[in-house]
Amino acid sequence: MKRLNSKELEKKASKIRLLCLEMIDKAGGGHIGGSLSAMDIMTALYFNILNIDPKNPKKKDRDRFILSAGHKAAGYIPVLAERGFFNKELLATFNKLDSPFGMHPDMNKISGCEMSTGSLGHGLAVGVGMALALRMDSYNSRVFVLMGDGEIDEGTVWEAAMGAAHYHLYNLIAIVDYNKCSMDGAIDEIMSLEPIEDKWKSFGWTVKRINGHNMSEILKVFNGIQKETGRPTVIIADTIKGQGIPSIEGDYHWHYGLLNNKQLLDARKRLKEKL
Amino acid sequence: MEKPNISMKDFENISLREAFGKTLVLMGEKVPELVLLGADALGSTRGAAFAKRFPQRTFNFGIAEQEMISAAAGFATCGKIPIATAYGFLISMRACEQVRTDICYPNLNVKLMATHTGLSMATGGTTHHCTEDIAIMRSFANLTIVAPSDATETAKAVESVIYYPGPVYLRMGRGEIPNIYSRDYKFEIGKSILLRKGNDVTIIAFGIMLVEALKAAEVLAKENIQARVINMHTIKPIDKDAIISAASETGAIVTAEEHTINGGLGEAVAGVTSAFYPVPLIRIGIQDTFCGIGPENGLRKKLGLTAQSIIQASKKVILMKK
Repeated sequence: MKRLNSKELEKKASKIRLLCLEMIDKAGGGHIGGSLSAMDIMTALYFNILNIDPKNPKKKDRDRFILSAGHKAAGYIPVLAERGFFNKELLATFNKLDSPFGMHPDMNKISGCEMSTGSLGHGLAVGVGMALALRMDSYNSRVFVLMGDGEIDEGTVWEAAMGAAHYHLYNLIAIVDYNKCSMDGAIDEIMSLEPIEDKWKSFGWTVKRINGHNMSEILKVFNGIQKETGRPTVIIADTIKGQGIPSIEGDYHWHYGLLNNKQLLDARKRLKEKL
Repeated sequence: MEKPNISMKDFENISLREAFGKTLVLMGEKVPELVLLGADALGSTRGAAFAKRFPQRTFNFGIAEQEMISAAAGFATCGKIPIATAYGFLISMRACEQVRTDICYPNLNVKLMATHTGLSMATGGTTHHCTEDIAIMRSFANLTIVAPSDATETAKAVESVIYYPGPVYLRMGRGEIPNIYSRDYKFEIGKSILLRKGNDVTIIAFGIMLVEALKAAEVLAKENIQARVINMHTIKPIDKDAIISAASETGAIVTAEEHTINGGLGEAVAGVTSAFYPVPLIRIGIQDTFCGIGPENGLRKKLGLTAQSIIQASKKVILMKK
Protein backbone atom coordinates (compact mmCIF):
# COMPACT_ATOMS: atom_id res chain seq x y z
CA MET A 1 0.00 0.00 0.00
CA LYS A 2 1.13 3.50 -0.78
CA ARG A 3 1.86 5.50 2.36
CA LEU A 4 -0.64 8.35 2.68
CA ASN A 5 0.64 11.89 3.09
CA SER A 6 -0.66 14.18 5.81
CA LYS A 7 -3.48 15.67 3.69
CA GLU A 8 -4.65 12.22 2.67
CA LEU A 9 -4.38 11.03 6.26
CA GLU A 10 -6.63 13.85 7.45
CA LYS A 11 -9.32 12.70 5.02
CA LYS A 12 -8.79 9.11 5.98
CA ALA A 13 -9.19 9.95 9.67
CA SER A 14 -12.47 11.74 8.95
CA LYS A 15 -13.69 8.72 7.02
CA ILE A 16 -12.80 6.39 9.89
CA ARG A 17 -14.39 8.74 12.44
CA LEU A 18 -17.59 8.33 10.45
CA LEU A 19 -17.25 4.53 10.53
CA CYS A 20 -16.63 4.73 14.27
CA LEU A 21 -19.70 6.87 14.94
CA GLU A 22 -21.98 4.70 12.81
CA MET A 23 -20.67 1.59 14.57
CA ILE A 24 -21.23 3.08 18.04
CA ASP A 25 -24.69 4.24 16.99
CA LYS A 26 -25.64 0.73 15.86
CA ALA A 27 -24.23 -0.75 19.07
CA GLY A 28 -26.23 1.68 21.21
CA GLY A 29 -23.19 3.31 22.78
CA GLY A 30 -19.42 3.12 23.00
CA HIS A 31 -16.16 4.64 24.22
CA ILE A 32 -16.55 7.56 21.91
CA GLY A 33 -14.38 10.22 23.62
CA GLY A 34 -11.08 8.32 23.76
CA SER A 35 -11.65 6.61 20.42
CA LEU A 36 -11.83 10.01 18.74
CA SER A 37 -8.91 11.54 20.64
CA ALA A 38 -6.62 8.71 19.50
CA MET A 39 -8.00 8.50 15.95
CA ASP A 40 -5.50 10.71 14.15
CA ILE A 41 -2.53 8.91 15.71
CA MET A 42 -3.92 5.45 14.91
CA THR A 43 -4.72 6.52 11.34
CA ALA A 44 -1.20 7.87 10.82
CA LEU A 45 0.30 4.65 12.17
CA TYR A 46 -1.81 2.27 10.07
CA PHE A 47 -1.71 4.27 6.82
CA ASN A 48 1.84 5.56 6.86
CA ILE A 49 4.14 4.36 9.62
CA LEU A 50 3.59 0.67 10.42
CA ASN A 51 5.26 -2.07 8.40
CA ILE A 52 2.24 -4.39 8.14
CA ASP A 53 0.40 -6.33 5.47
CA PRO A 54 -3.29 -7.16 5.93
CA LYS A 55 -2.88 -10.00 3.42
CA ASN A 56 -0.10 -11.49 5.52
CA PRO A 57 -1.03 -10.34 9.03
CA LYS A 58 1.41 -12.69 10.81
CA LYS A 59 4.57 -11.93 8.80
CA LYS A 60 7.39 -12.20 11.26
CA ASP A 61 9.16 -8.92 10.60
CA ARG A 62 6.04 -6.77 10.94
CA ASP A 63 5.74 -3.86 13.32
CA ARG A 64 3.49 -4.39 16.32
CA PHE A 65 0.82 -2.05 17.60
CA ILE A 66 -0.70 -2.66 21.04
CA LEU A 67 -3.82 -0.75 21.98
CA SER A 68 -3.03 -0.76 25.69
CA ALA A 69 -6.01 1.51 26.32
CA GLY A 70 -8.23 -1.29 25.05
CA HIS A 71 -11.45 0.67 25.46
CA LYS A 72 -10.45 2.76 22.47
CA ALA A 73 -11.36 -0.31 20.41
CA ALA A 74 -14.35 1.57 19.02
CA GLY A 75 -11.79 3.67 17.18
CA TYR A 76 -9.21 0.94 16.58
CA ILE A 77 -11.49 -1.65 15.00
CA PRO A 78 -12.72 0.68 12.23
CA VAL A 79 -9.05 1.57 11.56
CA LEU A 80 -8.24 -2.13 11.06
CA ALA A 81 -11.32 -2.56 8.86
CA GLU A 82 -10.46 0.44 6.70
CA ARG A 83 -6.88 -0.84 6.41
CA GLY A 84 -8.25 -4.08 4.97
CA PHE A 85 -7.76 -6.61 7.76
CA PHE A 86 -11.41 -7.68 7.51
CA ASN A 87 -14.67 -6.78 5.84
CA LYS A 88 -16.13 -3.46 6.97
CA GLU A 89 -19.60 -4.99 7.04
CA LEU A 90 -18.52 -6.84 10.16
CA LEU A 91 -18.44 -3.55 12.07
CA ALA A 92 -22.23 -3.71 12.32
CA THR A 93 -21.86 -6.68 14.68
CA PHE A 94 -19.94 -4.65 17.31
CA ASN A 95 -20.96 -5.71 20.84
CA LYS A 96 -23.48 -8.23 19.45
CA LEU A 97 -23.62 -11.87 20.53
CA ASP A 98 -20.77 -13.87 18.94
CA SER A 99 -19.29 -10.79 17.27
CA PRO A 100 -15.49 -10.79 16.99
CA PHE A 101 -15.60 -7.29 18.49
CA GLY A 102 -16.72 -5.74 21.70
CA MET A 103 -15.63 -2.88 23.87
CA HIS A 104 -12.13 -4.34 24.20
CA PRO A 105 -10.18 -6.14 21.44
CA ASP A 106 -9.45 -9.89 21.38
CA MET A 107 -6.29 -10.87 19.47
CA ASN A 108 -7.63 -14.32 18.73
CA LYS A 109 -10.74 -12.99 17.03
CA ILE A 110 -9.55 -9.90 15.18
CA SER A 111 -7.12 -10.11 12.29
CA GLY A 112 -4.35 -7.56 12.75
CA CYS A 113 -4.85 -7.24 16.51
CA GLU A 114 -1.59 -8.07 18.26
CA MET A 115 -2.73 -8.31 21.88
CA SER A 116 -5.96 -8.71 23.82
CA THR A 117 -6.31 -5.64 25.96
CA GLY A 118 -8.83 -3.83 28.10
CA SER A 119 -7.46 -3.91 31.61
CA LEU A 120 -5.34 -0.80 31.81
CA GLY A 121 -1.62 -0.77 32.46
CA HIS A 122 -0.74 -4.09 30.80
CA GLY A 123 0.20 -3.10 27.27
CA LEU A 124 3.56 -1.43 27.86
CA ALA A 125 4.95 -4.49 29.67
CA VAL A 126 3.65 -6.76 26.90
CA GLY A 127 5.40 -4.42 24.48
CA VAL A 128 8.65 -4.80 26.46
CA GLY A 129 8.44 -8.57 25.93
CA MET A 130 7.75 -8.16 22.21
CA ALA A 131 10.54 -5.62 21.75
CA LEU A 132 13.04 -7.92 23.53
CA ALA A 133 11.95 -10.96 21.49
CA LEU A 134 12.10 -9.11 18.16
CA ARG A 135 15.51 -7.65 18.92
CA MET A 136 16.81 -11.10 19.93
CA ASP A 137 15.88 -12.36 16.48
CA SER A 138 17.44 -9.31 14.79
CA TYR A 139 14.21 -8.05 13.24
CA ASN A 140 14.00 -4.33 12.55
CA SER A 141 10.39 -4.38 13.74
CA ARG A 142 9.22 -1.70 16.12
CA VAL A 143 6.61 -1.99 18.83
CA PHE A 144 4.12 0.85 19.33
CA VAL A 145 2.01 0.97 22.49
CA LEU A 146 -0.86 3.43 22.76
CA MET A 147 -1.89 4.29 26.31
CA GLY A 148 -4.54 6.56 27.72
CA ASP A 149 -3.45 9.37 30.01
CA GLY A 150 -5.38 8.12 33.05
CA GLU A 151 -3.94 4.68 32.32
CA ILE A 152 -0.48 5.75 33.37
CA ASP A 153 -1.74 6.02 36.96
CA GLU A 154 -1.27 2.24 36.96
CA GLY A 155 1.96 1.15 38.68
CA THR A 156 2.71 -1.53 36.10
CA VAL A 157 3.25 1.19 33.48
CA TRP A 158 6.22 2.38 35.52
CA GLU A 159 7.57 -1.13 36.06
CA ALA A 160 7.60 -1.45 32.28
CA ALA A 161 9.05 2.05 31.87
CA MET A 162 12.00 1.00 34.05
CA GLY A 163 12.39 -2.28 32.19
CA ALA A 164 12.34 -0.69 28.74
CA ALA A 165 15.05 1.80 29.65
CA HIS A 166 17.14 -0.84 31.42
CA TYR A 167 17.09 -3.01 28.31
CA HIS A 168 17.72 -0.07 25.94
CA LEU A 169 14.63 -0.81 23.92
CA TYR A 170 15.12 1.65 21.07
CA ASN A 171 12.49 -0.36 19.19
CA LEU A 172 9.72 0.41 21.71
CA ILE A 173 7.60 3.52 21.22
CA ALA A 174 4.93 4.50 23.73
CA ILE A 175 2.24 7.02 22.94
CA VAL A 176 0.23 8.74 25.65
CA ASP A 177 -3.13 10.00 24.39
CA TYR A 178 -3.17 13.02 26.67
CA ASN A 179 -6.77 14.19 26.32
CA LYS A 180 -6.75 15.47 29.93
CA CYS A 181 -9.85 13.53 30.93
CA SER A 182 -10.33 10.32 32.84
CA MET A 183 -13.59 8.64 33.76
CA ASP A 184 -14.42 10.51 36.96
CA GLY A 185 -13.29 13.94 35.85
CA ALA A 186 -10.40 16.06 34.62
CA ILE A 187 -7.02 14.36 34.93
CA ASP A 188 -5.68 17.26 36.98
CA GLU A 189 -8.45 16.80 39.53
CA ILE A 190 -8.46 13.00 39.69
CA MET A 191 -4.71 12.29 39.57
CA SER A 192 -2.34 14.80 38.14
CA LEU A 193 0.31 13.49 35.74
CA GLU A 194 2.46 16.59 35.77
CA PRO A 195 5.27 17.07 35.23
CA ILE A 196 4.58 14.32 32.71
CA GLU A 197 7.61 14.88 30.49
CA ASP A 198 10.00 14.95 33.44
CA LYS A 199 8.60 11.70 34.77
CA TRP A 200 9.39 9.83 31.56
CA LYS A 201 12.75 11.57 31.15
CA SER A 202 13.78 10.57 34.64
CA PHE A 203 12.91 6.97 33.78
CA GLY A 204 15.41 7.10 30.91
CA TRP A 205 13.11 7.66 27.95
CA THR A 206 13.39 10.01 25.00
CA VAL A 207 10.36 12.27 25.32
CA LYS A 208 8.59 13.97 22.40
CA ARG A 209 5.59 16.25 22.64
CA ILE A 210 3.15 16.79 19.80
CA ASN A 211 -0.32 17.99 18.92
CA GLY A 212 -2.04 14.63 18.46
CA HIS A 213 -4.44 16.05 15.90
CA ASN A 214 -1.87 17.56 13.57
CA MET A 215 -0.96 14.99 10.93
CA SER A 216 2.28 16.57 9.82
CA GLU A 217 3.47 16.77 13.43
CA ILE A 218 2.46 13.16 13.99
CA LEU A 219 4.34 11.94 10.91
CA LYS A 220 7.36 14.05 11.74
CA VAL A 221 7.67 12.66 15.24
CA PHE A 222 7.31 9.02 14.16
CA ASN A 223 9.75 9.44 11.31
CA GLY A 224 12.26 11.18 13.55
CA ILE A 225 12.72 8.34 16.04
CA GLN A 226 16.31 7.17 16.01
CA LYS A 227 17.47 3.69 16.79
CA GLU A 228 20.95 4.92 17.67
CA THR A 229 19.89 6.60 20.88
CA GLY A 230 19.46 3.17 22.48
CA ARG A 231 16.51 4.55 24.40
CA PRO A 232 12.80 3.90 24.25
CA THR A 233 10.69 6.82 23.05
CA VAL A 234 7.48 8.18 24.50
CA ILE A 235 5.31 10.55 22.54
CA ILE A 236 3.09 12.71 24.69
CA ALA A 237 0.25 13.61 22.35
CA ASP A 238 -1.91 16.53 23.41
CA THR A 239 -5.36 15.60 22.23
CA ILE A 240 -9.01 16.47 22.72
CA LYS A 241 -11.48 13.98 24.05
CA GLY A 242 -14.25 13.51 21.46
CA GLN A 243 -12.23 15.39 18.82
CA GLY A 244 -14.29 16.22 15.73
CA ILE A 245 -17.66 16.63 17.46
CA PRO A 246 -17.79 20.12 18.96
CA SER A 247 -20.76 19.38 21.22
CA ILE A 248 -18.79 16.73 23.16
CA GLU A 249 -15.19 17.87 22.77
CA GLY A 250 -13.19 18.07 25.98
CA ASP A 251 -16.03 16.83 28.17
CA TYR A 252 -15.00 13.96 30.45
CA HIS A 253 -18.60 12.70 30.56
CA TRP A 254 -18.07 11.41 27.03
CA HIS A 255 -15.77 8.58 28.11
CA TYR A 256 -18.65 6.34 27.07
CA GLY A 257 -21.86 7.43 25.43
CA LEU A 258 -24.27 7.59 22.52
CA LEU A 259 -24.81 10.68 20.40
CA ASN A 260 -28.39 11.87 20.10
CA ASN A 261 -29.91 12.21 16.64
CA LYS A 262 -29.08 15.87 16.25
CA GLN A 263 -25.46 15.34 17.36
CA LEU A 264 -25.07 12.42 14.99
CA LEU A 265 -26.55 14.26 11.99
CA ASP A 266 -24.35 17.23 12.73
CA ALA A 267 -21.24 15.05 13.11
CA ARG A 268 -21.97 13.23 9.86
CA LYS A 269 -22.33 16.52 8.02
CA ARG A 270 -19.10 17.95 9.41
CA LEU A 271 -17.07 14.85 8.74
CA LYS A 272 -18.45 14.35 5.22
CA GLU A 273 -17.44 17.90 4.36
CA LYS A 274 -13.84 16.95 5.14
CA LEU A 275 -13.74 13.91 2.84
CA MET B 1 10.90 -32.72 18.47
CA GLU B 2 13.80 -34.71 19.85
CA LYS B 3 13.59 -35.07 23.61
CA PRO B 4 16.44 -35.12 26.11
CA ASN B 5 16.82 -38.26 28.08
CA ILE B 6 15.81 -37.56 31.66
CA SER B 7 17.70 -40.11 33.68
CA MET B 8 16.46 -40.92 37.16
CA LYS B 9 19.92 -41.28 38.61
CA ASP B 10 20.67 -37.63 37.89
CA PHE B 11 17.77 -36.52 40.03
CA GLU B 12 18.06 -38.61 43.15
CA ASN B 13 17.31 -36.83 46.41
CA ILE B 14 17.71 -33.30 45.23
CA SER B 15 15.15 -30.56 45.71
CA LEU B 16 12.43 -29.91 43.17
CA ARG B 17 13.85 -26.56 42.21
CA GLU B 18 17.33 -28.07 41.76
CA ALA B 19 15.76 -30.57 39.41
CA PHE B 20 13.96 -27.72 37.67
CA GLY B 21 17.19 -25.76 37.17
CA LYS B 22 19.04 -28.78 35.87
CA THR B 23 16.30 -29.77 33.44
CA LEU B 24 15.96 -26.23 32.17
CA VAL B 25 19.58 -26.26 30.96
CA LEU B 26 19.04 -29.61 29.22
CA MET B 27 15.91 -28.26 27.56
CA GLY B 28 17.60 -25.00 26.63
CA GLU B 29 20.02 -26.98 24.46
CA LYS B 30 17.15 -28.70 22.66
CA VAL B 31 14.59 -25.93 22.34
CA PRO B 32 16.02 -22.71 20.92
CA GLU B 33 12.75 -20.82 21.48
CA LEU B 34 13.13 -21.22 25.24
CA VAL B 35 13.76 -17.96 27.13
CA LEU B 36 14.00 -17.56 30.88
CA LEU B 37 12.41 -14.64 32.70
CA GLY B 38 13.05 -13.85 36.34
CA ALA B 39 12.17 -11.23 38.91
CA ASP B 40 15.31 -10.91 41.00
CA ALA B 41 15.02 -14.48 42.21
CA LEU B 42 16.80 -16.46 39.48
CA GLY B 43 19.18 -17.74 42.14
CA SER B 44 16.58 -19.05 44.53
CA THR B 45 14.29 -20.37 41.79
CA ARG B 46 17.37 -22.13 40.37
CA GLY B 47 17.23 -20.47 36.98
CA ALA B 48 20.84 -19.34 37.46
CA ALA B 49 22.38 -22.32 35.65
CA PHE B 50 20.33 -21.54 32.55
CA ALA B 51 21.20 -17.85 32.90
CA LYS B 52 24.90 -18.75 32.96
CA ARG B 53 24.65 -21.10 29.99
CA PHE B 54 22.30 -18.86 27.93
CA PRO B 55 22.81 -15.25 29.03
CA GLN B 56 21.31 -13.90 25.79
CA ARG B 57 18.12 -15.83 26.45
CA THR B 58 17.71 -14.76 30.08
CA PHE B 59 15.89 -11.61 31.18
CA ASN B 60 15.72 -10.31 34.71
CA PHE B 61 12.95 -7.82 35.38
CA GLY B 62 13.95 -6.89 38.89
CA ILE B 63 11.33 -7.08 41.59
CA ALA B 64 8.48 -6.57 39.13
CA GLU B 65 6.53 -9.79 38.72
CA GLN B 66 3.60 -8.13 37.00
CA GLU B 67 5.84 -6.69 34.31
CA MET B 68 7.56 -10.06 33.95
CA ILE B 69 4.29 -11.91 33.34
CA SER B 70 3.00 -9.35 30.82
CA ALA B 71 6.37 -9.37 29.08
CA ALA B 72 6.17 -13.18 28.94
CA ALA B 73 2.95 -12.75 26.96
CA GLY B 74 4.80 -10.43 24.58
CA PHE B 75 7.60 -12.98 24.11
CA ALA B 76 5.07 -15.72 23.41
CA THR B 77 3.31 -13.69 20.69
CA CYS B 78 6.69 -13.53 18.93
CA GLY B 79 7.13 -17.31 18.95
CA LYS B 80 9.29 -17.69 22.04
CA ILE B 81 8.54 -20.15 24.83
CA PRO B 82 9.00 -18.04 27.95
CA ILE B 83 9.69 -19.71 31.26
CA ALA B 84 8.56 -17.16 33.83
CA THR B 85 9.93 -17.95 37.26
CA ALA B 86 9.03 -16.57 40.66
CA TYR B 87 7.84 -17.63 44.09
CA GLY B 88 4.38 -19.13 43.72
CA PHE B 89 2.60 -16.57 45.83
CA LEU B 90 3.91 -13.79 43.60
CA ILE B 91 2.86 -15.43 40.35
CA SER B 92 -0.57 -16.38 41.65
CA MET B 93 -1.37 -13.27 43.64
CA ARG B 94 0.87 -10.31 42.82
CA ALA B 95 0.65 -11.02 39.10
CA CYS B 96 -2.74 -12.71 39.25
CA GLU B 97 -4.49 -10.48 36.75
CA GLN B 98 -1.56 -10.58 34.34
CA VAL B 99 -1.68 -14.39 34.42
CA ARG B 100 -5.41 -14.44 33.80
CA THR B 101 -5.73 -11.60 31.29
CA ASP B 102 -2.41 -11.55 29.42
CA ILE B 103 -1.61 -15.28 29.42
CA CYS B 104 -4.74 -17.40 29.89
CA TYR B 105 -7.28 -15.32 27.99
CA PRO B 106 -5.20 -15.10 24.79
CA ASN B 107 -4.07 -18.71 25.46
CA LEU B 108 -0.39 -17.93 25.06
CA ASN B 109 2.38 -20.49 25.28
CA VAL B 110 3.87 -19.28 28.56
CA LYS B 111 5.22 -21.57 31.27
CA LEU B 112 4.73 -20.24 34.76
CA MET B 113 7.24 -21.94 37.01
CA ALA B 114 6.23 -21.35 40.61
CA THR B 115 8.75 -22.25 43.29
CA HIS B 116 8.61 -22.20 47.11
CA THR B 117 4.98 -23.26 47.07
CA GLY B 118 2.91 -24.53 49.98
CA LEU B 119 4.73 -24.09 53.27
CA SER B 120 8.20 -24.25 51.72
CA MET B 121 9.00 -20.97 53.41
CA ALA B 122 7.40 -21.96 56.68
CA THR B 123 9.39 -19.59 58.85
CA GLY B 124 8.72 -16.83 56.36
CA GLY B 125 5.22 -16.51 57.72
CA THR B 126 2.00 -15.84 55.88
CA THR B 127 3.51 -13.28 53.48
CA HIS B 128 5.66 -16.08 52.04
CA HIS B 129 3.29 -19.03 52.34
CA CYS B 130 1.80 -20.13 49.05
CA THR B 131 -1.35 -21.94 50.05
CA GLU B 132 -4.04 -20.40 47.84
CA ASP B 133 -2.37 -20.59 44.42
CA ILE B 134 -4.12 -23.69 43.15
CA ALA B 135 -7.55 -22.32 44.05
CA ILE B 136 -6.75 -19.12 42.15
CA MET B 137 -5.16 -20.81 39.17
CA ARG B 138 -7.89 -23.46 38.88
CA SER B 139 -10.40 -20.75 38.14
CA PHE B 140 -8.65 -19.65 34.93
CA ALA B 141 -9.79 -21.17 31.64
CA ASN B 142 -7.07 -22.46 29.30
CA LEU B 143 -4.58 -22.95 32.14
CA THR B 144 -3.04 -26.34 32.96
CA ILE B 145 -1.77 -26.92 36.50
CA VAL B 146 0.99 -29.44 37.22
CA ALA B 147 2.48 -30.19 40.63
CA PRO B 148 5.26 -32.80 40.67
CA SER B 149 6.21 -34.65 43.83
CA ASP B 150 9.90 -35.47 43.71
CA ALA B 151 12.96 -34.40 41.80
CA THR B 152 12.65 -36.99 39.04
CA GLU B 153 9.04 -36.15 38.52
CA THR B 154 9.92 -32.46 38.41
CA ALA B 155 12.43 -33.14 35.66
CA LYS B 156 9.88 -35.15 33.71
CA ALA B 157 7.19 -32.54 34.33
CA VAL B 158 9.38 -29.63 33.22
CA GLU B 159 10.23 -31.49 30.03
CA SER B 160 6.57 -32.31 29.36
CA VAL B 161 5.39 -28.81 30.16
CA ILE B 162 7.86 -27.24 27.72
CA TYR B 163 6.62 -29.47 24.89
CA TYR B 164 2.97 -29.02 25.88
CA PRO B 165 1.18 -26.30 23.91
CA GLY B 166 -0.50 -23.52 25.88
CA PRO B 167 -0.16 -21.92 29.28
CA VAL B 168 0.92 -24.04 32.24
CA TYR B 169 1.40 -23.31 35.94
CA LEU B 170 4.02 -25.65 37.40
CA ARG B 171 4.06 -25.77 41.19
CA MET B 172 7.22 -26.74 43.05
CA GLY B 173 8.10 -26.87 46.72
CA ARG B 174 11.51 -25.98 48.04
CA GLY B 175 12.59 -28.86 50.24
CA GLU B 176 14.46 -32.00 49.39
CA ILE B 177 12.00 -34.81 48.96
CA PRO B 178 13.08 -38.45 48.87
CA ASN B 179 12.46 -40.07 45.50
CA ILE B 180 9.05 -41.67 45.45
CA TYR B 181 9.71 -43.86 42.47
CA SER B 182 12.08 -46.80 42.56
CA ARG B 183 12.06 -47.33 38.82
CA ASP B 184 11.46 -45.33 35.70
CA TYR B 185 7.93 -44.50 34.61
CA LYS B 186 6.00 -42.52 32.06
CA PHE B 187 4.86 -39.02 32.94
CA GLU B 188 1.95 -37.64 30.98
CA ILE B 189 0.20 -34.33 31.70
CA GLY B 190 -3.42 -34.99 32.69
CA LYS B 191 -2.86 -38.65 33.47
CA SER B 192 -2.55 -39.53 37.14
CA ILE B 193 -0.31 -42.32 38.39
CA LEU B 194 -1.44 -45.28 40.48
CA LEU B 195 1.23 -45.69 43.15
CA ARG B 196 -0.40 -48.35 45.26
CA LYS B 197 -3.26 -50.72 44.60
CA GLY B 198 -6.11 -51.12 47.05
CA ASN B 199 -9.88 -51.32 47.17
CA ASP B 200 -10.91 -50.14 50.65
CA VAL B 201 -10.26 -46.43 50.25
CA THR B 202 -8.43 -44.14 47.81
CA ILE B 203 -5.95 -41.49 48.89
CA ILE B 204 -5.37 -38.84 46.25
CA ALA B 205 -2.47 -36.45 46.75
CA PHE B 206 0.32 -34.51 45.04
CA GLY B 207 3.55 -32.85 46.04
CA ILE B 208 4.89 -33.35 49.52
CA MET B 209 1.59 -34.83 50.75
CA LEU B 210 2.14 -37.79 48.46
CA VAL B 211 4.97 -38.88 50.73
CA GLU B 212 2.55 -38.72 53.69
CA ALA B 213 -0.10 -40.59 51.69
CA LEU B 214 2.30 -43.46 51.01
CA LYS B 215 3.33 -43.60 54.68
CA ALA B 216 -0.34 -43.67 55.68
CA ALA B 217 -1.09 -46.51 53.25
CA GLU B 218 1.76 -48.58 54.79
CA VAL B 219 0.30 -48.18 58.25
CA LEU B 220 -3.26 -48.85 57.07
CA ALA B 221 -2.10 -52.04 55.34
CA LYS B 222 -0.85 -53.36 58.70
CA GLU B 223 -4.40 -52.92 59.97
CA ASN B 224 -5.72 -54.76 56.95
CA ILE B 225 -7.00 -51.67 55.19
CA GLN B 226 -5.86 -51.60 51.60
CA ALA B 227 -5.60 -48.00 50.45
CA ARG B 228 -5.24 -47.10 46.82
CA VAL B 229 -2.80 -44.21 46.39
CA ILE B 230 -3.01 -41.94 43.36
CA ASN B 231 -0.46 -39.30 42.41
CA MET B 232 -2.61 -36.51 40.97
CA HIS B 233 0.29 -34.52 39.54
CA THR B 234 -1.97 -32.67 37.12
CA ILE B 235 -4.63 -30.77 38.99
CA LYS B 236 -6.15 -29.20 35.90
CA PRO B 237 -7.38 -30.76 33.72
CA ILE B 238 -7.93 -33.40 36.37
CA ASP B 239 -7.90 -37.11 35.55
CA LYS B 240 -11.65 -37.78 35.74
CA ASP B 241 -11.40 -41.41 34.72
CA ALA B 242 -9.04 -42.29 37.56
CA ILE B 243 -11.29 -40.49 40.07
CA ILE B 244 -14.46 -42.18 38.84
CA SER B 245 -12.76 -45.60 38.95
CA ALA B 246 -11.50 -44.87 42.45
CA ALA B 247 -14.97 -43.85 43.58
CA SER B 248 -16.68 -46.87 42.08
CA GLU B 249 -14.05 -49.42 43.08
CA THR B 250 -13.10 -48.20 46.56
CA GLY B 251 -16.24 -46.27 47.59
CA ALA B 252 -14.42 -43.67 49.70
CA ILE B 253 -11.81 -40.99 49.06
CA VAL B 254 -9.34 -38.95 51.09
CA THR B 255 -7.54 -36.06 49.41
CA ALA B 256 -4.36 -34.55 50.81
CA GLU B 257 -2.75 -31.28 49.79
CA GLU B 258 -0.39 -28.69 51.18
CA HIS B 259 -2.86 -25.95 50.28
CA THR B 260 -6.09 -24.53 51.62
CA ILE B 261 -9.02 -26.95 51.36
CA ASN B 262 -10.97 -24.12 49.73
CA GLY B 263 -10.67 -24.56 46.00
CA GLY B 264 -7.80 -27.01 45.96
CA LEU B 265 -7.33 -30.64 44.94
CA GLY B 266 -10.04 -31.86 47.30
CA GLU B 267 -12.69 -29.70 45.73
CA ALA B 268 -11.51 -30.61 42.25
CA VAL B 269 -11.90 -34.31 43.09
CA ALA B 270 -15.24 -33.71 44.81
CA GLY B 271 -16.41 -31.88 41.72
CA VAL B 272 -15.86 -35.03 39.69
CA THR B 273 -17.30 -37.50 42.19
CA SER B 274 -20.39 -35.43 42.95
CA ALA B 275 -21.23 -35.24 39.25
CA PHE B 276 -20.35 -38.78 38.21
CA TYR B 277 -20.14 -41.11 41.21
CA PRO B 278 -20.91 -39.62 44.63
CA VAL B 279 -18.97 -41.22 47.49
CA PRO B 280 -17.90 -39.93 50.92
CA LEU B 281 -14.80 -37.77 50.67
CA ILE B 282 -12.62 -36.11 53.31
CA ARG B 283 -10.22 -33.32 52.47
CA ILE B 284 -6.91 -33.05 54.30
CA GLY B 285 -5.43 -29.61 53.84
CA ILE B 286 -5.20 -26.22 55.48
CA GLN B 287 -8.55 -25.54 57.14
CA ASP B 288 -9.46 -21.98 56.17
CA THR B 289 -6.76 -20.42 58.32
CA PHE B 290 -3.49 -18.55 58.00
CA CYS B 291 -0.72 -20.83 59.11
CA GLY B 292 1.54 -18.98 61.54
CA ILE B 293 5.28 -19.41 61.77
CA GLY B 294 7.44 -22.38 62.55
CA PRO B 295 9.78 -24.92 61.03
CA GLU B 296 8.32 -26.68 58.00
CA ASN B 297 7.63 -30.00 59.69
CA GLY B 298 6.37 -28.46 62.91
CA LEU B 299 3.97 -26.29 60.99
CA ARG B 300 2.69 -29.20 58.92
CA LYS B 301 2.13 -31.20 62.08
CA LYS B 302 0.26 -28.33 63.70
CA LEU B 303 -1.96 -28.00 60.65
CA GLY B 304 -2.61 -31.73 60.35
CA LEU B 305 -0.75 -32.19 57.08
CA THR B 306 0.55 -35.59 58.16
CA ALA B 307 0.27 -39.30 57.50
CA GLN B 308 -1.51 -39.54 60.86
CA SER B 309 -4.30 -37.24 59.66
CA ILE B 310 -4.64 -39.23 56.46
CA ILE B 311 -4.87 -42.48 58.46
CA GLN B 312 -7.62 -41.08 60.69
CA ALA B 313 -9.52 -39.63 57.75
CA SER B 314 -9.27 -42.92 55.86
CA LYS B 315 -10.77 -44.87 58.73
CA LYS B 316 -13.50 -42.30 59.16
CA VAL B 317 -14.39 -42.13 55.48
CA ILE B 318 -14.61 -45.93 55.27
CA LEU B 319 -17.23 -45.86 58.05
CA MET B 320 -19.18 -43.30 56.04
CA LYS B 321 -19.57 -45.69 53.07
CA LYS B 322 -23.19 -46.54 52.40
